[in-house]
Amino acid sequence: MSPDRLSTTFAALADPTRRAILARLAAGETSVKELAEPFTISPPAITKHLKVLERAGLISRSREAQWRPCRLQAVPLKEVSEWVERYRTLWEQSFSRLDDYLHKLQTKEKKHARKK
Amino acid sequence: MLEKSNPALTVTLPSDWEIVMTRVFDAPRSLVFEAFTKPEHVKHWWGIRNMTLPVCEMDLRPGGAWRRVLRKPDGTEVTFKGVYREVVPPERLVYTECYDDPGVGSPEWLTTVTFEEQDGKTKWTGTCLHSSVEVRNGHLQSGMEEGVKDVFARLDDLLVSMQQGVA
Repeated sequence: MSPDRLSTTFAALADPTRRAILARLAAGETSVKELAEPFTISPPAITKHLKVLERAGLISRSREAQWRPCRLQAVPLKEVSEWVERYRTLWEQSFSRLDDYLHKLQTKEKKHARKK
Repeated sequence: MLEKSNPALTVTLPSDWEIVMTRVFDAPRSLVFEAFTKPEHVKHWWGIRNMTLPVCEMDLRPGGAWRRVLRKPDGTEVTFKGVYREVVPPERLVYTECYDDPGVGSPEWLTTVTFEEQDGKTKWTGTCLHSSVEVRNGHLQSGMEEGVKDVFARLDDLLVSMQQGVA
């Protein structure tokens, strides 16, 4: 995945309304009207958000049905989650070593205590 | 939510200038604090796979300097350094942090670390406060091999629900 595409995905995900839309779509495809219901913003504003999500490849809109259902596209999200995981892993490498090391230190301390 | 699949470390970006990480260690607070603040301990765990830590200096007092050098397998080195601002054993550290990276220059930020006792375990929280969103993103990017320039926090809940929805 190119960094540019990743930036587009992140930019699309940076908005709470768009994240809420995606979370809603995770439950299954739906119409724009249904999607707009829980939000206080206008349908045109929702449509704007949908366009951003569509450009980022996070959703697709069917052209077959009249009501043009929105559908979640999982691939970019999977890629983002892989990047998040990568950053976490970087730190987790040190921390899991620290887990082992703390365990060793504690075992040593206990041995010491028994000797006394 | 992500904690379910990844029990250990959480990373969030609560504002444009911050990176916050939390982690629970199964050891008493005094021990965890020592492991974080004594070079002879730090050398055992801090770093990245395939890298060594030939230099680790910590003058643990307000105004005291710290310095760590990470050596990559190809021999190149990255120096991390800063100055302690607050030292409150075994619960709190505040220090500046910066490093030289050809890609991002020498960004500096302020790191506040707290150690909280939780039923014999220790909750570690590290907050990195940057002077601008650019410095914050530069710091984030530095951990990556390519440029991730924007927000990837507060996604945890969403990503989990996505994955469940897709599965």
